[in-house]
Amino acid sequence: MTVELRNVTKRMGAIEHIKDTSLKLESGHFNVLLGATGSGKTSLIKLMAGLDPLASGQVLMEGQDVSRLSTQKRNISLVHQFFINYPHMTVYENIASPLKVAGMAKSEIAGRVEEAAKILQLTPMLHRRPHELSGGQQQRCALARAIAKESRAVFLDEPLANLDYKLREELRDQLPELFAGRGAVVVYATSEPEEALLLGGRVALMDDGRVTQFGPTAEIYREPGNLDAARVFSDPPINTAPIVKQGNLAMLNAGVSWELTGAAAGLSDGEYNIAIRPHHVLPVNGKAGTVKLTGQVQVTELSGSESSAHFEMGSGSWVSLSAGVHPYEVGELHEFYMDPSACYVFAPDGSRVA
Amino acid sequence: MQKRSIVPIIYILFLMLPIYWLVAMSFKTTNEILAGFSLFPQTFTLENYKVIFTDPSWYWGYINSIAYVTINTVISITVALPAAYAFSRYRFLGDKQLFFWLLTNRMAPAAVFALPFFQLYSAVELFDTYWAVALAHCLFNIPLSVWILEGFMGGVPKELDETAFVDGYSFPRFFATIFIPSIKAGVGVAAFFCFMFSWVELLLAKTLTAVAAKPIAATMTKTASSAGYELGLLAAAGTLTIIPGAIVIYFVRNYIAKGFAMGRV
Repeated sequence: MTVELRNVTKRMGAIEHIKDTSLKLESGHFNVLLGATGSGKTSLIKLMAGLDPLASGQVLMEGQDVSRLSTQKRNISLVHQFFINYPHMTVYENIASPLKVAGMAKSEIAGRVEEAAKILQLTPMLHRRPHELSGGQQQRCALARAIAKESRAVFLDEPLANLDYKLREELRDQLPELFAGRGAVVVYATSEPEEALLLGGRVALMDDGRVTQFGPTAEIYREPGNLDAARVFSDPPINTAPIVKQGNLAMLNAGVSWELTGAAAGLSDGEYNIAIRPHHVLPVNGKAGTVKLTGQVQVTELSGSESSAHFEMGSGSWVSLSAGVHPYEVGELHEFYMDPSACYVFAPDGSRVA
Repeated sequence: MQKRSIVPIIYILFLMLPIYWLVAMSFKTTNEILAGFSLFPQTFTLENYKVIFTDPSWYWGYINSIAYVTINTVISITVALPAAYAFSRYRFLGDKQLFFWLLTNRMAPAAVFALPFFQLYSAVELFDTYWAVALAHCLFNIPLSVWILEGFMGGVPKELDETAFVDGYSFPRFFATIFIPSIKAGVGVAAFFCFMFSWVELLLAKTLTAVAAKPIAATMTKTASSAGYELGLLAAAGTLTIIPGAIVIYFVRNYIAKGFAMGRV
């Protein structure tokens, strides 16, 4: 199964919500749409589902143009961020409803519903109504409806965003096996980079109505193609700073400089931007060839096994993320060590150069 | 009894007093009513009710009223459902203005429309039929229903519609089997208000009918003219007009509170 977008655009009045986007999504792994709120993830899903009209371009399923096919005939499933179930139907009727509409025999419906309910641990609640369930159970009911239908494509629009932390982890671990071997194209929209990494598969980074990069998740995390991709795929936010390259030296405005190696050394002299992930800026010097940054600690956060510190150096603001618990004093001058080999270098227009 | 409950009890007593007086009067003879002050019926009689239930000119008044009120309620809700859906789900040119204009129809006094309606319905031979009154009452009941239903529909997320379409529901099937059941409280509240306003409206109902479709309220005026004042009979008729409203209120009592909370009632 494939779902393909060819040069699609979507307009609302004069505003372009999706700008000339092409994307080919395949079954067999998760396709994650990753982007901030308002970057166009939901708009893109609605275009694929046929819920919103295309301004231009084509949507293809299994190589066939479905641009003019109504939502009802596309044989797809959709799970929203909000727990959407039919309020006046029981859980059983909810899961059965798409099958009933499709005109399936009663005995076959019963089999499918029971199977889906068993996988999602809804069997004891089949005769309750959605409002009698907890949030997690309501969302599992919506997922069961999507699974029982055995559609060609399943769109999950931030399905875990409204769940509490524990339930989210639990359900997220279940998701990949839930859809494994079903042959449907699974599209999963999220605004959390961590989720994309945990789900694996492929990721399409979205920014301002465009797909900025698409490929295997780990690859894109390691090698972001542009500054936006690097920014989207980092939590806490990636450190960025302007540098001036002169000969072999990279100079940061705060008077810090280091020698460039590898591809970066071959660039022509001039101004560039660097980006470095917070876990490559550490409070202890554990590696040869690091660059010392001295900054004033502004905010510190402890999250169980990790500590982060936001510090200011010159005019720039930096974040350090390290394993273990580090005692920082807010306001103190602290030394951090940056690993320059982990730096990405971008041209002023945002494209990756080294 | 606690001190603070005295005020509400007095308030409720005052509210109930006229209704009690009406009911008490309906069990008295006209002579007793005219004789002076009595808290309870001295000679308890069911004669007044017997007249109403046996005299066709009386009970047809009720049948007529119930007939046009029911027709009106059905028309109003049937027309208002799709209209409210459009206002709640789509943005179109002038939608907000149109919505407000609908409401202003509620503000126009019925007397303004009595004459044109009379002339129009006479011309198309609808005068003195149930349809004349039922259609005339749509003037204020449809805008009211649209307003109430739109509020309830706004509480149903648009994602429900999308989920149903993705699941394969055609629009009519979705509307009838999923959407209306999820706003049934709103349908109940809207139907109640249509019923109520149509039931109590007198001017249009009287103007547009003569004999065949004469409403109960018009029938009640005749007691003042024929055999002197038949106050007991009038009180019995009044008591009976309260009953349909009370029955309808009983069924929608829980929904009404929801409608008030939404600010749409």
